Amino acid sequence: MKLPSLPPLRTPPARAFRATPVILVLLAVVIWSSWYTVPSDSVAVLQRFGKYRSEAPPGLHFKIPFGVDAVTILPVKRQLKQEFGFSTPGSSNPDQFSDEPEAETRMVTGDLNAALVEWVVQYRISEPFKYLFDVREPGATLRDVSESVMREVVGDRTVDEVITIGRQEIESEALAKMQQLATKYNMGVSIDQVQLKNINPPTPVQDSFNEVNQAQQEKERLINEARRDYNRVIPLAEGEKDQRIREAEGYRLKRTNEAEGDVARFNAVFAQYQKAPDVTRRRLYLETMQQIMPAVQNKVIVDENMQGILPLLNLDKKALPAKPQAAAGQEPQQEATP
Amino acid sequence: MNRLLPIAAALLAFLLFNAFYTVGEAQQVILTQFGKPVGAPVTEAGLKMKLPFIQDVNRIDKRILEWDGSPSDMPTKDKLYIAVDLFARWRITDPLQYFLRLRDERSALSRLDDILGSETRNAVAKHELIEIIRTTKDRIPLQDSTLGESQDTADAQDGNKAVGALVPIHKGREQVEQEIFKAAAEKVKVFGIELLDIRFKRINYNASVQPKIFERMISERRQIAERFRSEGNGEAARIRGNMSRDLNRIQSEAYRRVEEIRGEGDAKAAEIYANAYNQNPEAAHFYEFTRTLEAYPAIVTEDSTMVLSTDSDLFKFLKATGSKPSGQP
Repeated sequence: MKLPSLPPLRTPPARAFRATPVILVLLAVVIWSSWYTVPSDSVAVLQRFGKYRSEAPPGLHFKIPFGVDAVTILPVKRQLKQEFGFSTPGSSNPDQFSDEPEAETRMVTGDLNAALVEWVVQYRISEPFKYLFDVREPGATLRDVSESVMREVVGDRTVDEVITIGRQEIESEALAKMQQLATKYNMGVSIDQVQLKNINPPTPVQDSFNEVNQAQQEKERLINEARRDYNRVIPLAEGEKDQRIREAEGYRLKRTNEAEGDVARFNAVFAQYQKAPDVTRRRLYLETMQQIMPAVQNKVIVDENMQGILPLLNLDKKALPAKPQAAAGQEPQQEATP
Repeated sequence: MNRLLPIAAALLAFLLFNAFYTVGEAQQVILTQFGKPVGAPVTEAGLKMKLPFIQDVNRIDKRILEWDGSPSDMPTKDKLYIAVDLFARWRITDPLQYFLRLRDERSALSRLDDILGSETRNAVAKHELIEIIRTTKDRIPLQDSTLGESQDTADAQDGNKAVGALVPIHKGREQVEQEIFKAAAEKVKVFGIELLDIRFKRINYNASVQPKIFERMISERRQIAERFRSEGNGEAARIRGNMSRDLNRIQSEAYRRVEEIRGEGDAKAAEIYANAYNQNPEAAHFYEFTRTLEAYPAIVTEDSTMVLSTDSDLFKFLKATGSKPSGQP
């Protein structure tokens, strides 16, 4: 029953006519699946029947289709990044962040304190063969290595080193250790940089860390205030000291000059005195008396032969000064006789 | 005949197709015949042949494989509960052995779970927490010049746990890891597995311990803060003391200098006077006379009462005109 239908099928023009689209489609599929392009930042690893064959540089390349050749494209020139403890959204690298950032940050420091550490690892695929065929999950392995190394390094340091002063050292030591492990595990990556991001004490402790900072500031303030007082008082006192010394120097000069003046005057007068001592003496005496007597309001003049001055002293102030009375009054001013 | 040909061809193609298999660069293959391994494991990548249908291909990974333990709480030697998270890297080195003993990766991982889990517990329980945290023995930590002052080192010498200091350790993290590694590597060898490395990934305080740790940290910080305040007050007091000392020094120096200078002045003046007045007895006498006269106006004032005798030099003429000059030799 099928016999009659076969001969027309086998007629050449008809077969060619019907088969052409099929062949064309087939050909298109073959061509379509036998070329591939490698982006400029990548390299292609070609496997034939599973066996590593070659690496292809960026550009257009051909391969045998239908699963004979398999191509893996690796971004070897791209700087890849892994983030620990935080995540920047919109990344294409599936290993860039984990889904449990909190657990990643928590660490115990070498003085058994806790700290929250965030960091970034920058790396590149340096050896595609190793990256593909020596390690399964190289990205996850790098994450594990990175976490482990960071904890090891932080575990060797005090909380103060981790949070403030030791950051640089931690970065460089972690980088060296990570690279060492990456080599040991044949991961085929080269680690370029380890960067510490935020490092904080755990939230419940942060206040007390701030308190330390405040206390530090307060200490500075107290010291500065004391210095201010010091600076306000001491230079002034120095100045005052100089002032007093200069005043004293002035006094010394004054005393000396005055003494010299007095002496000069004395010498001049004395020279004259020596020429006529008696008269000069008397003159000086009388001049002085004349000068002082008028000012004195109570003057009592007694006769040296009279006895008992007391009754007379009760007299009015303006009593006659010239009353000759008996008294034993000693005249207060009696110039010395040579 | 014509009709059988395509069928035979298809059958042959199918057989041929089944006779070939590929081995990836990351794979090794064990052929089994009715479940029984035959021949040596195929470790070379590429296109290979086998008996179709009779032999099965069992692919085993050749790469370094991951094992990531789940965090579990365990006590340390110093009775602290910590959550330990370990990871390991391993590789199937004897695929036949592996295939016979474990057959697939799931059971391998579960063996690793058991072995590494128990070795970790053993090792952690044998060591104090600090031995697991720290790595380098006798590391001298950097000191924050503003935080760590001389008191710290003094405290450390007293044996107190000082801020900014590290307690010395005996073994350290790496050695503990090595202990676990050695014990476990020996045990997994029988499965055709080579353990490459184990490392602590995360070590954290157990949630119940955490508040206590935080409290300790807070008290430690408070103590530092308090020290800062007291240092500030102390330093301020010292400065004020210096101020008082310097002030007294300056003022007393000033006083001393002033008195010295004034004394010098007075002495100089006295010397000048003495030299002049003492040049001869007559001069001394004359000085006494004139100086006394000079003093009178100052001594005798308006409200003084003067009692004068007629015998005095001034008034002697009141009683008589002294015909003869009175007794001044």
